[in-house]
Amino acid sequence: MVTTAARPDAAQLAGAVPDPELPMLTLAELGVLAGVEQAGSAVTVWLTPTYSGCPAVAEMAADVELRLRRAGYTEVAVRLRLDPPWSTDAITPAGKAKLAAAGIAPPGPARPGLLQLGPTRLVVHCPQCGSAATEELSRFGSTACKSLWRCRDCREPFERMKEI
Amino acid sequence: MTDDHVYLTLAEGDHEAEARWAYGTGFADPLLGVDTAPAPDVDGADLSLYCQLLGDDALVLAQRLIEWTTHAPELEEEVALANLALDLLGQARLLLTRAGQVDGTGRTEDDFAYWRAEHEFRNVRLVEAENGDFAFSIARLLVFATARGALYRRLAEAAPDAVVRAVAARGVKELAYHQEYAAAWLLRLGDGTAYSRERMQAGLDAVWPLVDELFTAHEVELRLGLDPAGLREPVEAELARAIERATLAVPTARPLARIGGRAGREGVHGEALGRLLAELQVVAREHPGATW
Repeated sequence: MVTTAARPDAAQLAGAVPDPELPMLTLAELGVLAGVEQAGSAVTVWLTPTYSGCPAVAEMAADVELRLRRAGYTEVAVRLRLDPPWSTDAITPAGKAKLAAAGIAPPGPARPGLLQLGPTRLVVHCPQCGSAATEELSRFGSTACKSLWRCRDCREPFERMKEI
Repeated sequence: MTDDHVYLTLAEGDHEAEARWAYGTGFADPLLGVDTAPAPDVDGADLSLYCQLLGDDALVLAQRLIEWTTHAPELEEEVALANLALDLLGQARLLLTRAGQVDGTGRTEDDFAYWRAEHEFRNVRLVEAENGDFAFSIARLLVFATARGALYRRLAEAAPDAVVRAVAARGVKELAYHQEYAAAWLLRLGDGTAYSRERMQAGLDAVWPLVDELFTAHEVELRLGLDPAGLREPVEAELARAIERATLAVPTARPLARIGGRAGREGVHGEALGRLLAELQVVAREHPGATW
């Protein structure tokens, strides 16, 4: 007979898995951990992928499963939850602070409804020096969720996570 | 189809907890564990076909967009276009996986992408046309993103299937970025030099005959109560605002003729699709079942 006390909390374990593409954030901080159900040594974890084409989902799921199995969970199921869709608003305040500390400007509040069909005016502070004298180089960066920016004061390039 | 095939394979390796493995070691079921029971009052074959209409649009345009890689005017644009393609590919994977679930055939996304012939593809001719110059590609992207965004907004509320609603709800946000990207280039080129303006207008003019098909209902859309004709007016108005803002003229070109009343939705395509599919499918067909 195995008691639940012998195993660390499944939600904490799953939530503490680092994101494959933003390893400074945990899945809980990124807001992709959509639910955990635990019954004895069995656990089901729901993840909400960030973008439709996010290639990291398989990796996230494998990481979650590996951690839970190593902690003594014998039946582990990872499932996807598509609805409601992920939003950058799901990133926790601690997660946003970690992004900034890692040199990635965190997203602002997600914009509701349609975007503007014209040049957008965003004030983005440089995560290195804090200056607001920054400019966007490209709306798309190394991953779909980030854009490329440059600081005109400290001259450092940086990435910024886009609202979605 | 088992729920845990790829994860177990990965998780039971002997790597350390922090180890990383390359993407592409296995492709997960994009609907893993999602509740996939269709609504009881929806015909599975109809829903499957509808998913193919939308999934094929996304798949084929994704393929066209990645053709820009190493050919775009600037590195940043290649990155951007590849990112847009990835969004569309993700939508296509979900929709085509759904198509194989609900029609009872059990076909996978790969079966749809690699093992169907040209006449079995249901995409509109807009997405299969050759890339042309950058202006043509931008004009096409603007039209597609505007129309698909409007459709997804509607489907997120009204689709008769929970998976399609979820794909649409996420897709709305992605398409908004695609539309914004295309509109920014439309403005930059249209309201740019005389030469860039001329090229951008020519791109719009060349795309325009392909717009009509987006709003011409296939019979399955009518049966599901999803006639796209109602989207024509708001989408065209939205396009006209962007075009006029870029100091360009809304084209007046007539729609590309249908062939015996049929077009892309009925599997009637231009030869451009054949060449696209040849490249898309060649590896899967030369090495069936290959893994890496």
